[in-house]
Amino acid sequence: MDWSPLWISLATSLLATAITLVAGLTAAVWRENRTGPGVALADGILLLPLVLPPTVVGFLLLLLFGRNGPLGHLLMKFGAVVVFSWPATIVAAAVVAFPLMYLTARGALEQVDPHILEAARTLGASEWRVLREVALPLAWPGVLAGLVLSFARALGEFGATLMFAGDIPGRTETIPLAIYFAVESGEMRRAFIWCGIDLAVSFLLLTALYRWTKARTPWRARWMSQDAA
Amino acid sequence: MLRTSNPNLLPARWRRGFAFVLAIVALLVALAQRIPAAGDGESTSLTVSAAISLKDALDELGPLYEKQHPGIGVTFNYGGSGTLQHQVEQGAPVDVFFSAAEKQMNQLESEGLLLAGTRSNVLQNSLVLIAPAASSSVRSFQDLESPTVRTIALGKPSTVPAGMYATQTLEHLGLLTNLRKKLVYAKDVRAVLVYVETGNADAGFVYRTDAMTSTKVRVVTIAPASSHDPIVYPAAVLKASQHPQAATALLRYFESPGAQRVFLHFGFLPAENSAGKS
Repeated sequence: MDWSPLWISLATSLLATAITLVAGLTAAVWRENRTGPGVALADGILLLPLVLPPTVVGFLLLLLFGRNGPLGHLLMKFGAVVVFSWPATIVAAAVVAFPLMYLTARGALEQVDPHILEAARTLGASEWRVLREVALPLAWPGVLAGLVLSFARALGEFGATLMFAGDIPGRTETIPLAIYFAVESGEMRRAFIWCGIDLAVSFLLLTALYRWTKARTPWRARWMSQDAA
Repeated sequence: MLRTSNPNLLPARWRRGFAFVLAIVALLVALAQRIPAAGDGESTSLTVSAAISLKDALDELGPLYEKQHPGIGVTFNYGGSGTLQHQVEQGAPVDVFFSAAEKQMNQLESEGLLLAGTRSNVLQNSLVLIAPAASSSVRSFQDLESPTVRTIALGKPSTVPAGMYATQTLEHLGLLTNLRKKLVYAKDVRAVLVYVETGNADAGFVYRTDAMTSTKVRVVTIAPASSHDPIVYPAAVLKASQHPQAATALLRYFESPGAQRVFLHFGFLPAENSAGKS
């Protein structure tokens, strides 16, 4: 049996989750305390991957990163072609998972009591320090939820990946793609095996991710949330 | 009435909430009314599961047939032939199966799901090599080996018949081993078309009928008919059909000269044995 879909899926979903974490948090922090028509528009665009069918997202990525697309053109100058390559699976998974991270992180940051942030500022903390040492630790449980959601979404990503990265065994064929083509060609045994692997992987990784992030919850946050309770 | 005479019975806030919920329910009911239910009224409703490559032609033929046969409604369910086959096997309520390849039909026949004596080959198609209209790098099959051609798109051979035929042609021409690294598999022929249209694949294999729907691709060459299995579109009535007679009549209509003219317009060719079998 060819195990490549497992390794590809693992690498893709983990990397996509990491990218989503950074991008989603940055966007959520940027969005905080901002209002106006521009922000509403940006919100609409950022949430687009959640609304559009994944195949359409894949098609838009194809147009954007394609040989005749603006981003594709730029990357070509550096000799990089994203479409039909392994990085394309990461881009597709990160884009569809992004809104989940962004929304959850935004909600978590909004829940943080502004008085605590003000208190930190009166004590002379810089904005960066307020964010890093007060706001983020307090919002961490919400961020963790976003992380789990986006990882699950990235691991299960199918439509955009198939459209944007194509199906190339050993290069872009993730577990969902392998399952789809196994079912389509009537190889039910192969399909069931990959379903089982998919279940095991998601269960193990979600548990591990949860434990890891829980262990990394800063003590201040634990102390403060206990204090609040 | 009680509510209007005694406003204290329900607080105003509740009443507004109640009106809101009522409005939503009314809206949903109104929307549901607009969705036609299968088997509406006394008319006979036929469901045809057809390969996606037939979509444009059948979308024209369906209303035509309904107009000529009042009381009969035709609904099309399009998809990859493999998907449609599995739906039938799982008991989907389908009257006619119109496949893009013999493989899926053979499978259903061996499982005893077809109505005996109704199967026939309705159409033929040809496989073509396409390239983006704007590029001129691909002029023949041999050009596929050139280093300027980096990506060749085709349907996944195990599930997409067009991909299977393409693989056979490449093998027949002795190109398959050398080109394997350049191949990208798509889930259906339409996706191949998109890849070539957008210039992300330098070449691709689709049916002649698909190539005709796009102005952004050009046909490089037609794959020799001897290089792959015959591309025939068989159709049959399914044993589970509730209206076997109406379904058989519809199938015979697809073979009639009038319908074949429409198919021809979309680039299909009549199957050689369609007249003799019935």
